[in-house]
Amino acid sequence: MRWGVLQFPGSCDERDALQACSLLGEARLVWHEERDLVGIDAVVVPGGFSYGDYLRAGAIARFSPAMEAVAEFAEAGGPVLGICNGFQVLCEAGLLRGALLLNESTRFTCRQLELTAVDATSVELSTPEGAKVDNRLLSIPAKHGEGRFWAPDGVLDALEENGQVAYRYAPGQNPNGSARDIAGVRNEAGNVVGLMPHPEHAVDPLTGSTDGLKVFEAVAAAGVPA
Amino acid sequence: MAKARVLIRPKEGILDPQGKAVERALPALGFEGIEHVRVGRMVELEAEDPDRLAELCEKLLANPLIEDYEIERLDGAA
Repeated sequence: MRWGVLQFPGSCDERDALQACSLLGEARLVWHEERDLVGIDAVVVPGGFSYGDYLRAGAIARFSPAMEAVAEFAEAGGPVLGICNGFQVLCEAGLLRGALLLNESTRFTCRQLELTAVDATSVELSTPEGAKVDNRLLSIPAKHGEGRFWAPDGVLDALEENGQVAYRYAPGQNPNGSARDIAGVRNEAGNVVGLMPHPEHAVDPLTGSTDGLKVFEAVAAAGVPA
Repeated sequence: MAKARVLIRPKEGILDPQGKAVERALPALGFEGIEHVRVGRMVELEAEDPDRLAELCEKLLANPLIEDYEIERLDGAA
């Protein structure tokens, strides 16, 4: 698997994303002026403050040459993962539905929290001792000021009915006032996924959790490599 | 060049935490009786082709899903 991690002026999590991807295959950065994704099997749109987040988070990044290429890549079924600012970019680009608004608290939030992966194919696993472990509960940090997922009720209903809610904050852990505790969504085809928490910061036991790798793996498995 | 001002505000019904924060701060400053504070953005610009301003707003200046916008022409044109 060859991963491409986008890099905009103002990105700040692309190095961690690159590191996470390199645990699962080959990985390289894709500068925002690049238009060529040939040889890349999966794309990560990383976190940060692309183009200073002027106007609205992600509003300007969506017009970059690299994002035009990503839109074509996604259309062809290639797997795309947007993290935090990358999620905002994907929403602004219309590749995902909804929008990310200022946190209800008006404060930047930065903490480890639990997410539930909403996936019909996930199952409860048993440990060798016979204890039930919910494989869908992930411990991943979130850090953002504008992460309140919002969409009109009709769109939220449609996302839920179509199985497009990919991740929810565990009960009581919604850090930003997101509608229906939604932390991440996918497109209708399932190959484009965006979430606010940062799986790339949870790939090494040193930092407390390796659950983030499951997010990368799920995205890689969901898309048809272009 | 046509001068214009674009006013962008959160859509009715969408929680505006910035507006709420401002509203909550007002009584402490002695401003009673002010409610429904909403905080938006204002963009001033000069356009060669003002007929394309609406398209510009739809595509970039505003996110039509969450924001309403108004274009004010400052050169007297409608």
